[in-house]
Amino acid sequence: MSKRITIDPITRIEGHLRIDCEVNNGKVSKAWASGQMWRGVEQILLGHDARDAWAITQRICGVCTTVHAITSVRAVENALQMEIPLNAQYIRNLIITAHAIHDHIVHFYHLSALDWVDVTSALKADPGKTAALASGLSSWSGNSKQEFTKVKERLAGFVGTGQLGIFTNGYWGHPAMKLPPEVNLLATTHYLQALEIQRYASKIVSILGSKSPHIQNMAVGGVSNPIALDSQSVLTVERLMAVKEWIDKLNDFIKNVYLVDVAAIGAFYADWTAIGAGVTDYLSVPDLPLDTKGTKFALPGGFLKGGDLAGIKPIKTFNDKYFRDGVQESVKHSWYKGGKGALHPFKGETVPNYTDFQDDGKYSWVKSPTFYGNPAQVGPLSRVLAMAAQGHAPTLKYLTGVLDTAGSLAKTKIPLAAVHSTIGRHAARAVSCAVQVDELANQWNLLVTNIGKGDTDTFNKPVFPKGEVSGVGFHEAPRGVLSHWVVIDDGKITNYQAVVPTTWNAAPRNEGDVPGPYEASLLNTPVADEERPLEVLRTVHSFDPCLACAVHVLDAEGQPVVQVKAL
Amino acid sequence: MTRIVVLGVGNTLLSDEGIGVRAIEQLQQDYDLPPEVVVIDGGTTGMEMLDDLSNADHIIIVDAVRSGKAPAAIVKLVDEQVPVFFKTKLSPHQIGLSDVLATLEFIGEQPGGVTVIGVEPVSLETSMSLSPQVEARLPEVVEMVVAELRQLGVAIGSSVPEAA
Repeated sequence: MSKRITIDPITRIEGHLRIDCEVNNGKVSKAWASGQMWRGVEQILLGHDARDAWAITQRICGVCTTVHAITSVRAVENALQMEIPLNAQYIRNLIITAHAIHDHIVHFYHLSALDWVDVTSALKADPGKTAALASGLSSWSGNSKQEFTKVKERLAGFVGTGQLGIFTNGYWGHPAMKLPPEVNLLATTHYLQALEIQRYASKIVSILGSKSPHIQNMAVGGVSNPIALDSQSVLTVERLMAVKEWIDKLNDFIKNVYLVDVAAIGAFYADWTAIGAGVTDYLSVPDLPLDTKGTKFALPGGFLKGGDLAGIKPIKTFNDKYFRDGVQESVKHSWYKGGKGALHPFKGETVPNYTDFQDDGKYSWVKSPTFYGNPAQVGPLSRVLAMAAQGHAPTLKYLTGVLDTAGSLAKTKIPLAAVHSTIGRHAARAVSCAVQVDELANQWNLLVTNIGKGDTDTFNKPVFPKGEVSGVGFHEAPRGVLSHWVVIDDGKITNYQAVVPTTWNAAPRNEGDVPGPYEASLLNTPVADEERPLEVLRTVHSFDPCLACAVHVLDAEGQPVVQVKAL
Repeated sequence: MTRIVVLGVGNTLLSDEGIGVRAIEQLQQDYDLPPEVVVIDGGTTGMEMLDDLSNADHIIIVDAVRSGKAPAAIVKLVDEQVPVFFKTKLSPHQIGLSDVLATLEFIGEQPGGVTVIGVEPVSLETSMSLSPQVEARLPEVVEMVVAELRQLGVAIGSSVPEAA
């Protein structure tokens, strides 16, 4: 008999992701992903000066402020076919990588690790044995018996008060929790250490972006950071040296803790390498431009059909025709007026048409993007595969390292194909993070070297022609390909469409009724307990969903915020 | 040195949802604040705020609040009345302000006190302007923040007169 599970996190963050699953014989047989809020920001932008769009778009989402700012200026610059000074590219690249690192660390440790780590089980761990286990895995200075003892005591004190605070609502004691107490203590300790470490990534964004959480330094044509090495309140040597120090701390944590943890946790959940693949057409774009025109990039991107590395189709420049022509969005199953088939973003329309939740009709505020007619998965796994396919050496090194470490712990050889999975998305995110921190150091060197040559340019003034121009800006954001599509007439915006990573992944069925990546990845996921569908959450969380691009109303009545209904 | 944080949160693209951010913008425009007062536009972010909020002597949060009161009503919640500390985890995949506060509590860097000054939203439509009803309450919200700051011992002069 089939059972329907609806997971609809009703939070003060209105407008969210709802997942519906039909479960047959303990496995998901059908799934629907539904965005529960209309993101009508595109309408707000109409009529605005194209130079102001970035500041407005960075309010779309609370998690991804900087990525919208950067993508927006790229879209307008693309419409004007502008060149951007090298310093501005490097400063943007530093912000991009620091933000990505922040996002990945917080996602793994603070948002998704608790799907796999049972914090309450850590109370049963022996700190001495935990230290012994940890010393065999890494040389991280925070892996001492004293540290583990301290964390265990703090945790015990917290649990003793009956207030789990941040750990409330975990699926403690769930049958799908498999880690031994020592590994749980190790991961919980790193959860706390990650809270400290993530601050350094925020500080870098803050210093370079002139302000955090919303950066202030973006501009169509470059950045507004004046470079004057001997002056206060601008980008000085002192500030650049502080940034370097923080990069080193991030590097130590990512290489000696994050990469190791993901391999160790993965080894205990090896069965999850066979769950959650879903759509294996992967799309990513190149990022971290190294020239003024956006034709050379530090990190490659491209499209992989069916996960086939040999068949990689690279995306090469900011003017890449293959990317620009391939994207369409369908609203057949989305709450918008449609009937025109899938539309290219330059022609995109965002006119709401709410029905209610119709299994075979409209059921989501998310549109359904396709690449040459098919759904595509985006995110760290997509970019890691595209980089590996193009022989990017650091990617190959970290990817092999994670697979080997997990394999040696699980006492089996783990093939590359294992990454097409729920746990594989976590592994790829860690690999991507390691690549990003190397690039953070590299971009810092490039900036300092370029300034050392006497180049202090950071901005080229944009000039808007009479009449209509259009452009696309893309960015390989933490959650994957983000593109902004803008049509400008006499400097004013006449159409604006943002195709965000979560739109790709959380897409409802498309024009041909083909399910999107979340929906496809949930098929055959085992569900041990329909009342506590942890397994479904694991797979959805592995994509790092970001649908909460919005509302923030404090609920003074203290409503329950997560409702899981087993219908 | 004492450090008091005035934090405006909310989404400025969704009408009254942005009241917190609008209020702190107005506050900074109208008053010269002493250096011990740190004003932050938190928008809808989460963990990025951890550093700014850690070990504060007091945090004044301005936000849209669903209190079940009349539209555009202003509510003030103090310390244990603030539900953020007691709520179940907000969302499995989003860290919001309450998670940040809960985290500060867990790592022992919680603020000495928390005041929420909230406004019941009238409209959450997609728009960059406040609804007229909430807009009309804006000066009052700012005054309440100032009164709260004074009560905390902060010396603040009268509002800076608008340029003629």
